[in-house]
Amino acid sequence: MTNIQIPAVRPRPAAPSAVAARRTARDRGTRLLAALFLAPTVVGIVVFTVVPIAGSVVLSLFHWDVIDSPSFAGGANYREVFGDSTVLVSFRNTLVFMVLAVALQLLIALVLALTLNGRMPTWLRSVFRSAFFFPLVLSAASISVVMKYLFNQDFGVVNWLLGLVGVAPVPWLTSEHAAMATVILVYVWQQFGFSFLLFVGGLNNIPKEIHEAAALDGATGLRKHLAVTLPLLSPTLLVASVVGIINALQVFEQPYVLTAGGPGDATRTVVMVIYERAFEQLRFGEASAVGVLLFVLIMAVTALQFRLSRRFVHYQ
Amino acid sequence: MSQATLSLSRARHSLAPWARIAGLTVCALLTLGPVVWTVSTSLRTPAQSFELPPRIIPTHPSAAAYRGVFDQLDVWLLALNSTLVTALIAAGQMVTAGLAGYAFARLEFRFKKPLFGLVLATMMVPLQVTIVPVFLVLKSMGLTDTLLGLIVPAFPTAFGTFLMRQYFLGMPKDLGEAAMLDGAGPWRVFRSVYAPLAAPGLAIVGVLAFNYHWNEFFRPLILETSGQNYTLPLGLVSLQGNLGTGSVSVVLAGVVLSMIPAVAVFVVGQRPLREGITSAGVNR
Repeated sequence: MTNIQIPAVRPRPAAPSAVAARRTARDRGTRLLAALFLAPTVVGIVVFTVVPIAGSVVLSLFHWDVIDSPSFAGGANYREVFGDSTVLVSFRNTLVFMVLAVALQLLIALVLALTLNGRMPTWLRSVFRSAFFFPLVLSAASISVVMKYLFNQDFGVVNWLLGLVGVAPVPWLTSEHAAMATVILVYVWQQFGFSFLLFVGGLNNIPKEIHEAAALDGATGLRKHLAVTLPLLSPTLLVASVVGIINALQVFEQPYVLTAGGPGDATRTVVMVIYERAFEQLRFGEASAVGVLLFVLIMAVTALQFRLSRRFVHYQ
Repeated sequence: MSQATLSLSRARHSLAPWARIAGLTVCALLTLGPVVWTVSTSLRTPAQSFELPPRIIPTHPSAAAYRGVFDQLDVWLLALNSTLVTALIAAGQMVTAGLAGYAFARLEFRFKKPLFGLVLATMMVPLQVTIVPVFLVLKSMGLTDTLLGLIVPAFPTAFGTFLMRQYFLGMPKDLGEAAMLDGAGPWRVFRSVYAPLAAPGLAIVGVLAFNYHWNEFFRPLILETSGQNYTLPLGLVSLQGNLGTGSVSVVLAGVVLSMIPAVAVFVVGQRPLREGITSAGVNR
């Protein structure tokens, strides 16, 4: 960049020296190389992300079933969607899911990371760390297949275990409230390892001296964590909750496999509605309208978090 | 704080080491329990698979369930599809992210900042929001219900690009400058100086891509309509669907088979995987 601007600032000598000539040639080479290196990524992102975002907005203003040609609908799809109880319930479900799943995920991850941070043999620590992060490498769809058996009301292991301590069989997948709880549990089981790894990393970045100083001042245990560790960990907490929320708002596999959105609409999520509207009912306009609303929701929630974080996040 | 309350709060809030380890062990067992159950039940005969109590070590280990999967599913085809898709995406992402990351880190050109901003911004855009137009774009290219339709759109990776840019920025600048003084052009500087140092960063991109796309379900579900293009997760979900009342152990045997490569990568590539997940906190 600076090299390119040199001629504008300083008049170019009448006969450019060999060095300068080589430099301009090299700049041209650099720009050519940059264009070549960037082309796959930039073209790909434009074709498969940027244009589709605009496409979603445009499609949401049309009626289209792919077979007949699209017809302009104005705000009709949005009116349709806002008057559709399934869509509204799916947004409510997704928000309830998001709040409970992310809260649970962060809490479990935080407690485990803090507990793991105490004194223990190194090999034991890496065994625990591997165990907690293992579910992350499995397929959410296949693991939901497994969980569907485990949570089966009649022959599932979960109810069998509860039966040992005298609890009557729980209709994990077939009653409205229990179904949502099961979807949350299965999701959190797989996802907490992600927040856990972030917290372990964040805790490693807190200098030892701070803990020692806190201990000298008489802060121990929970009190030390609340007063000292958490504020220092707050940037990590922000990242973990932002990413956790964005992921939770996109939940699909678990409810799709475990409950197919049921019973009724009890576990139907926004992404399930997008999928059903577009690819089962061929109502592409409505599906796009729901997609645009989800996008707006994600942006709004993320913006809100960053705004709130100004009050609660402490950078060292 | 007085000495008495201090010792009280210490007694209440600081767990003894054995209690901490016991608690963590219980949590680790809860975390791994479903996986252990999956493996052990897959080794039972289909007739036994409903039996309770569950046993960790099957009384009569049997490979019947594994033969069952191969009878009911074209496991080889599913595995071949999954492998092709995952391997090509991982390789493709390593190339695109490596090149773009290097350009953003080490090359000077116009519109560098806005272009990088564009790439970063798309990291925030969930796939589910753009899936309808992406489907239509692929349809117009004739790529729906093909493996290529799954592979090509996954080549560009905003996160991988970001990661590789950080990686190249972490390398000393003097190396390239020294090579340039020796007369090396921009391509030579990349090819001979920086690219050979990029392997660990590329490993992170590759392992993350593998982990995500091997397990991917949403895009294959939408794009692949004929069974011959199914990937493993699709095949397994359809197996359970078809046999809603059928053999648990057969389905679980399929799950175990599909886990093997993911577990292998977990064992071999745990470090890059962990680094990748932690580095910017994006699990994809």
